[in-house]
Amino acid sequence: MKMNKLLRSSALVVTLGSVFIAGCEQPDGETVQLGYRGTGMEAVYNPDTLQAKIDANQVPDPQPKVPTTGPKARDIYQNVQVLGDLSVGEFTRLMAAMTEWVSPEEGCNYCHNAADFADDAPYTKRVARVMIGMTQRANEKWQPHVGDTGVTCYTCHRGKNIPEYVWSTDPGHPHAKGIASAQQNIASASVGYSSLPYDPFTPFLEDNAEIRNASDTALPTGNRTSIKQTEWTYSLMMHFSDSLGVNCTYCHNSRAFASWEQSSPARTTAWHGIRMVRELNNDFINSTTSYLPDNRKGPLGDPLKVSCETCHQGAYKPLYGAPMLKDYPNLSSLDEAATAQYLKAALSE
Amino acid sequence: MAEYQNIFTQVQVDAPYYPGVSLGKDNSNRVGKDTHSYWLGKLGDAQIGPIYLGPTGVLSLLFGFLAFEIIGLNMWASVNWDPIEFIRQLPWLALEPPPPEYGLSIPPLHDGGWWLMAGFFLTASILLWWWRTFQRSRALGMGNHLAWAFAGAIWLYLVLGFIRPVLMGSWSEAVPFGIFPHLDWTAAFSLRYGNLFYNPFHMLSIAFLYGSTLLFAMHAGTILATSRFGGDREIDQITDRGTASERAALFWRWTMGFNASMESIHRWAWWFAVLTVVTGGIGILLTGTVVDNWYLWGVKHGIAPAYPPLEATPVVSPLAAGGQ
Repeated sequence: MKMNKLLRSSALVVTLGSVFIAGCEQPDGETVQLGYRGTGMEAVYNPDTLQAKIDANQVPDPQPKVPTTGPKARDIYQNVQVLGDLSVGEFTRLMAAMTEWVSPEEGCNYCHNAADFADDAPYTKRVARVMIGMTQRANEKWQPHVGDTGVTCYTCHRGKNIPEYVWSTDPGHPHAKGIASAQQNIASASVGYSSLPYDPFTPFLEDNAEIRNASDTALPTGNRTSIKQTEWTYSLMMHFSDSLGVNCTYCHNSRAFASWEQSSPARTTAWHGIRMVRELNNDFINSTTSYLPDNRKGPLGDPLKVSCETCHQGAYKPLYGAPMLKDYPNLSSLDEAATAQYLKAALSE
Repeated sequence: MAEYQNIFTQVQVDAPYYPGVSLGKDNSNRVGKDTHSYWLGKLGDAQIGPIYLGPTGVLSLLFGFLAFEIIGLNMWASVNWDPIEFIRQLPWLALEPPPPEYGLSIPPLHDGGWWLMAGFFLTASILLWWWRTFQRSRALGMGNHLAWAFAGAIWLYLVLGFIRPVLMGSWSEAVPFGIFPHLDWTAAFSLRYGNLFYNPFHMLSIAFLYGSTLLFAMHAGTILATSRFGGDREIDQITDRGTASERAALFWRWTMGFNASMESIHRWAWWFAVLTVVTGGIGILLTGTVVDNWYLWGVKHGIAPAYPPLEATPVVSPLAAGGQ
């Protein structure tokens, strides 16, 4: 009698408990040790979702190789402001690849006037030119972040006109006129559903806001960084973690987040990544603002910009490190003079 | 049917309503009519009230209500008075302290002023409630152990929301009112000050906190286990030690070589609970005022071990290489 009661109540507890944790991940993650034993520096993978992530990060087969010799594109076609040094064959191959990567459904006409391919009227063509310069800049100047793996249009676009993960300045959530918005304390996917500031992008990935919070001395020596500022940094780190599918200890030893000596080399890569994204957003993407249509801008009229997630899309290395660039080496031979010229033209429009 | 008879029996004694000893002219402060609750009787005494409010109780409830309303209405305003969003987002919503630029000045209402006001009313409410616990224990001729234990918790509350912000010269250092926001604040606080786990007072506070739960389980388990021998009359057994007390003592001596006494176990528990918040408050008070990076403080004082570098060439700060 008494036993039955006990059994019944245990069954109830187990049932209610299962319902309560139904939203949690199964605790069968695989861990990979990344740091000295005992420091908890490890990457955690969920084998149930890993395969789906790998499948979502496959690269398309490269376009067939073509000879690099022959007449140059700029001598054959009109109005070729970038990639003009390429042979006609290479140029056409890259155009075909770009179509496959960015506008597989719309084809050439997504960027080109079908009657006159040299026509600069379609805004998409002008944007594409800036994007080529941006890709070259990333591959050429930001080796410490992209390495020899490099990036191509596909790294972000994945067959879509607009990459899936882009951001624009958050206008804030609706709130009563009488109170100031703290720009936080609303459930937001951008910061992993914490109550942290929900737009870490504008201050850190476009503006140059200070990321470091902790002092480098044990006793106070004038660091007036507030806890609120720390929350902003924390929200940027949530974005990192979410974008790369990693936990804090992928880069940091969590006992001393600020200490470089105890961090993994990935933190240095990330450090350069922040600076790279700032440069790409300011020097390239923002230069297109004047001619972008409204549906390519955020609610405050700024263009859709790059964050860590734009390339990484949940993988610690975009496309799990597939070295796409080696098949399209022209995306890293930056012609600085040409870039400067078209950027200047773009800004003066 | 009752299975065995002691004061932990599940049988409810249906006693007549008893308001307590006469308080003379203060009788009118006792609010409550003859009420019994069968279901509350399952958990404790079936008689509800009377509750002694008095002026401190009434004011405390009023101020507490004001603070609650200010916090709740600000949260509601932060979702533009949308009732559905208010419920959906409630765990995320907050009333934030003023931004750092206001320092210790009085900010405008819309930018932290409401936080200051809510804090004032909440503090007034808590202090009045404390005074009430003090007075009521005096009126019953009791010691003031409960009031002083409560004061320990108030100390931690005041350090977090008032004393430390004042010492730091900025209201923005204080905790926001909100469910998730105060937790995120806690994490950010530790990050800003280089890992609170290296703060020795934080260590003490954790030891006392976990120790409290352990002592609570040990004591409650001991008494329940010996109640069949009269262990539930634990206070009687301080002066008239019976077989329950002997068995309990023997159990702990057998299992860990030492036993608290029927009297001392309550002092153990009281001090563990009180020291949790007292040491915690000291730890918070020292953070940012006296120590700015607890991890580096730990290194300096030899409590943070060094590990071999991860790489053959250790990672160095890009700043050292002239980065910005």
